[in-house]
Amino acid sequence: MTELNSTKQTPSLFQHGTLTHHQRWRLIKDNVAGKGVIIGGLSVIVAIVLIFFYLLYVVFPLFGSAEAEHVSEYKVPEIESGKTLLLAMEEQNEVAVRFTDQAKAIFFQVETGKTISIESLVIPEGVSISSFSQGSPATGIIAYGLSDGRAIIAKHAYKISYPNDKRLITPVIEYPLGKDALVIDTEGNALEEVTVKIDEELTTIAAKTQGNRIVLNSYSKEESLFGDDNLEQTTSVLDSIGMDVKYLLVEKEQRLMYLASNDGHLSVYSIRDKSKPELIQHLSVTEKGSQITSLSFLNAEISLLIGDSNGLVSQWTIVRDAKNQQVMQNLRSFKVSDSAVIAIDAEQRRKGFIVADEKGQVGIYHSTAERELIKEKVSQSKPYFLTQSPRANAFLLQTNDNKLIFWNVHNEHPDVSFDSIWKEVWYESYPKPDYIWQSSSASNDFEPKMSLTPLVFGTLKAAFYAMMVAVPLAIMGAIYTAYFMAPAMRSYVKPSIELMEALPTVILGFLAGLWLAPFVEANLVGVFSLFMLVPIGVMIFAYCWQLLPKSIRHRVANGWDAALLIPVIIISAWFAFAISPMIESVFFAGDMRVWMNDSFGIGYDQRNSLVVGLAMGFAVIPTIFSITEDAIFSVPKNLTVGSLALGATPWQTMTRVVLLTASPGIFSAVMIGFGRAVGETMIVLMATGNTPVMDLSMFQGMRTLSANIAVEMPESEVDSTHYRVLFLAALVLFLFTFVFNTLAEVIRQNLREKYSSL
Amino acid sequence: MMIKEWFKSGSPWVWLNAAAVSTSIILVVGLLLLVAVRGLGHFWPADVIEYNYIEGDKKSVVVGELVDTSVMSAKMAKESGYKLKDNADTLVQHLIKTGNRDISGMDFRWIQQQNIQSESHPDEMVAIERREWGNFYGRLVSVKENGKVIATGEAAWPVVQQRIEQALEIFEEIEYLQKKEIGAINHQLERLRLKQKSLELKGEWSTEAQESQSLKKAELDKEYKGYEEQLDVLYKQIRRDSLVAKESTGTELEIPLESVVHVIRPNSMNVFTKILQYFVKFGEFVSEDPREANTEGGIFPAIFGTVMMVMLMAVIVTPFGVIAAVYLREYAKQGFTTRLIRIAVNNLAGVPSIVYGVFGLGFFVYILGGNIDELFFPESAPAPVFGTPGLLWASLTLALLTLPVVIVSTEEGLSRVPKSIREGSLALGATKVETLWRTVLPMASPAMMTGLILAVARAAGEVAPLMLVGVVKLAPTLPLDGNFPFLHLDRKFMHLGFHIYDVGFQSPNVEAARPLVYATSLLLVMVIIGLNMFAISIRNNLREKFRALEGM
Repeated sequence: MTELNSTKQTPSLFQHGTLTHHQRWRLIKDNVAGKGVIIGGLSVIVAIVLIFFYLLYVVFPLFGSAEAEHVSEYKVPEIESGKTLLLAMEEQNEVAVRFTDQAKAIFFQVETGKTISIESLVIPEGVSISSFSQGSPATGIIAYGLSDGRAIIAKHAYKISYPNDKRLITPVIEYPLGKDALVIDTEGNALEEVTVKIDEELTTIAAKTQGNRIVLNSYSKEESLFGDDNLEQTTSVLDSIGMDVKYLLVEKEQRLMYLASNDGHLSVYSIRDKSKPELIQHLSVTEKGSQITSLSFLNAEISLLIGDSNGLVSQWTIVRDAKNQQVMQNLRSFKVSDSAVIAIDAEQRRKGFIVADEKGQVGIYHSTAERELIKEKVSQSKPYFLTQSPRANAFLLQTNDNKLIFWNVHNEHPDVSFDSIWKEVWYESYPKPDYIWQSSSASNDFEPKMSLTPLVFGTLKAAFYAMMVAVPLAIMGAIYTAYFMAPAMRSYVKPSIELMEALPTVILGFLAGLWLAPFVEANLVGVFSLFMLVPIGVMIFAYCWQLLPKSIRHRVANGWDAALLIPVIIISAWFAFAISPMIESVFFAGDMRVWMNDSFGIGYDQRNSLVVGLAMGFAVIPTIFSITEDAIFSVPKNLTVGSLALGATPWQTMTRVVLLTASPGIFSAVMIGFGRAVGETMIVLMATGNTPVMDLSMFQGMRTLSANIAVEMPESEVDSTHYRVLFLAALVLFLFTFVFNTLAEVIRQNLREKYSSL
Repeated sequence: MMIKEWFKSGSPWVWLNAAAVSTSIILVVGLLLLVAVRGLGHFWPADVIEYNYIEGDKKSVVVGELVDTSVMSAKMAKESGYKLKDNADTLVQHLIKTGNRDISGMDFRWIQQQNIQSESHPDEMVAIERREWGNFYGRLVSVKENGKVIATGEAAWPVVQQRIEQALEIFEEIEYLQKKEIGAINHQLERLRLKQKSLELKGEWSTEAQESQSLKKAELDKEYKGYEEQLDVLYKQIRRDSLVAKESTGTELEIPLESVVHVIRPNSMNVFTKILQYFVKFGEFVSEDPREANTEGGIFPAIFGTVMMVMLMAVIVTPFGVIAAVYLREYAKQGFTTRLIRIAVNNLAGVPSIVYGVFGLGFFVYILGGNIDELFFPESAPAPVFGTPGLLWASLTLALLTLPVVIVSTEEGLSRVPKSIREGSLALGATKVETLWRTVLPMASPAMMTGLILAVARAAGEVAPLMLVGVVKLAPTLPLDGNFPFLHLDRKFMHLGFHIYDVGFQSPNVEAARPLVYATSLLLVMVIIGLNMFAISIRNNLREKFRALEGM
């Protein structure tokens, strides 16, 4: 520090007297360069800090809540064409459609409410509309049930063209099953409830008629010999099912049918065989005294969202219970408000949904993340119908006083929350809550499972096994090298162990995956007997050595024992592998892997924690060795000399004086080594199977945070939730190693001060 | 001495500690030996052995190179379902590289020692290295020219050698035309297209510009036609000759010389010709492009890519690292802040490299690169230029990664410059910058070199961040070539470390590729160990020098 004070003062030459041009130029240069260095130096440091803040900046939007803004409010268009049965928006949020109880489809501009066109569906003469329903929202299918037992199936679709380079959306009505009404109930009863599901091969239409009678019709496409399609129809009827069916739903795979009454009773039927629906379960899904006020599928139609009169929305799904029976299970509930839930509309691409209650409050929720993203009072009067756009970035609410309210929504990342990342989550179709990492799939129906817990577990597990290998070897080696080894030998040994640190980990990973893993698999017993026999062999040799006459012993200079041991270790290692087949046949019935599996049910994965531990341990040894060795070597000589002079043996001096003094340094070495093991990527990527399982077994693989980033980052979409969660994983790694390293560094600096005062 | 006393003396523990050191040393040396032996063995022209093999009642002839031998205990073998003859204690199996993938569908085969009736090393066995389908092992039957047999039997051998040489020359010419000349024309055509688009975007696509553009285009097209004609002639020449070879089962196969790299008769070669062949193969390995999904051929693009990336990184990291160190040591006021900064810098060296990769991808590629594309390359849209992983971003990311190494090392060098030297310079009237520039920095320069070399060594071996910011398994073009602007910072590149990962783990034929991976590993290890040794020796020299100075 004093040196800096002295250099700080500019020579007095420049302070007074006349400055020549040359001298002034030198002064300017000095000034500019000085400022430049300061700016440059500080900017480097800023750049380093930037990494942390940039990671934070990318991660931050994950935990922000949604925003919504009011755009416009207008009268329901063409109110004289009948009451609204369905509101729906198209992809671009430009055009919306209103289906009415007069079989009219009114297309209008979403923002202004201006009518674009009115289409009329053809209702046969003398027949009235008795029911209405919507198919899967993404398909645009709707069904009108008629009073003579027939139904009309139609579809609203939007054609996009670009005349004069401007987007033009033309709404149309299509009839996927033909323009004529289909006969659903051959007895001709009015359809009081109707539902329809259509996909490529199969169409299912279910309807309820008077007397709580359910008629189920399905049409499957059969390709005939001549290449044209024949529709094969299957019909079945469920008579008087003992509840007053108010809600009738068929999921989109067309294997399950749900019937619900207002008073909270729900029946689930398997309709895998369309000619013979089977009751799976009948249960009550609401609390006493409350009623079902709204029922909807969540995206993918695996879960039901049930809204009740107490303002509760609960998610129910079919799971397998302990007896492998299918049962309905309540996964979670959301308390929306104290007043009745009027409408629920699920997002079409994520597991979110939007809810309106009786008081005009609208809330947006996400099921997996169990988050309420926003809740706002949208209207003063009671809501009548609620729909959101396919991209879930706008919603349209019709109120009881025939107004339409249009809002925009910004809701980029509803799918993760603190709980969904770190705690157990009950995913759809899973028998129990679990920690799962399964980030992406091609389909919109997939429920992303982004729990970082199994990855953190895998990271710690890999690091733990690596430390099991590295810590004893590195610390014991450092003790010997720093304290007992001859200086001449030390000058070779230390650099060569430190050279290991420079070895690219990709090579270690490659050897671990392609050479060590098959080797360990074939010689499992050999590896374990190696751990046992090498220390024993060394001890036996050491004992025999001190029994030898002095004349022989003194030929080896003091501190060269380690060199003597090299052949001993190689021979004991060879011996360990040589007798391993014998051990294996005596103790493990010939094959240890089979034996483990038969006796304990321990499975064996070729690329497992043992292999990772060995390979990564190898990578961590030099780090720990080098720092520990420095710490022990720099213990002041007067301490050790004093101890030896007082009659302590070298080993006593080592354990009672040197190790105690150097222990903070050793601790910091272990910390730094641990930090390195946690962040190592290539070894774990290549030497494990990269399956994100949570299993403590030494013979199973894992997936670590770093390997996960390396595997998934290149294919994640920029700024998607997945991308940001991967950044979160990077941030976790960053913080983890940063905390460990800082702690270690602070300990080391304190130790240095302590030594200098001794 | 009694055992109890012996334990009390503590000497067994000392011995155990010694054993830990020995184990570490054995591990290091063993690992290097393993890589060296397997890597160097790859180039040795192994004998082609002919086995008379009997499996059940079926007799067959297996021809190939012996690759590996495994020994299994009798018990285990029986449990795995092998039948053992004569109650032998062990089951010995050999892995034979049989080649001829186009005929048998596989390259490798395990055979059992007990079923081998006899083995021989016939002199006339040929090993043909091909550009497709891997190696061929068998006997040479005849040589054809335009489908007509011109030599058969023993006379065919000299003819083949002479014709192969011709074919290889023509092949090189074709390669040159395709890659260099036609590649250049394609590059210019692409530039013309981009220029047109950029003019259109600016609204300056006038008739004048159109005319000059189409003129240039016509010229290039004409040139292209010329090269195409030349190529046609060459193709005709190279397709003229072919050889016919017989496989162990007797199937005859006609192999066009166009697709042959080498034909050797390893069994009739003596040690010297084998050594010669060894070096020829090694030369090819470091100087040629990979073939067959990287599992064969050379690794030149990977070496080139690694070197380019590391050089760029060095150019970026040196000034920043040195300036930061000079600031910390010479300009900043020592105290709590500098201590904090030092801790931060030290710790950054411990931050996992993949985190730097994530940062590089998000910040450099998507934010910086995306904005650069919008500002300077609107004509290329929607194809990204800098908004996609590439050489520049990889170098920048690794520069950030190795910055702490350079800072720490330079600082150490600066702290070793004796105070008297600074004071002397200042006393003679030099300004602070002059003192730094003329005396302190030159004296610290070996330390900077050390830091730089260590940084280069680290960068050369780092793979994880590169996987995110610019490395690819197969780059069609090198980042440096004869086309303007010569150094293509936006291109993706190949890298030795990634090559090891990719070929070892992602390739369809891991068994065939394994020797190549060992060879690549060996090369990488040697480069990195060499760099580290160099850095260590510089550091030691530096210490000597300052010890002398301090003694003055």
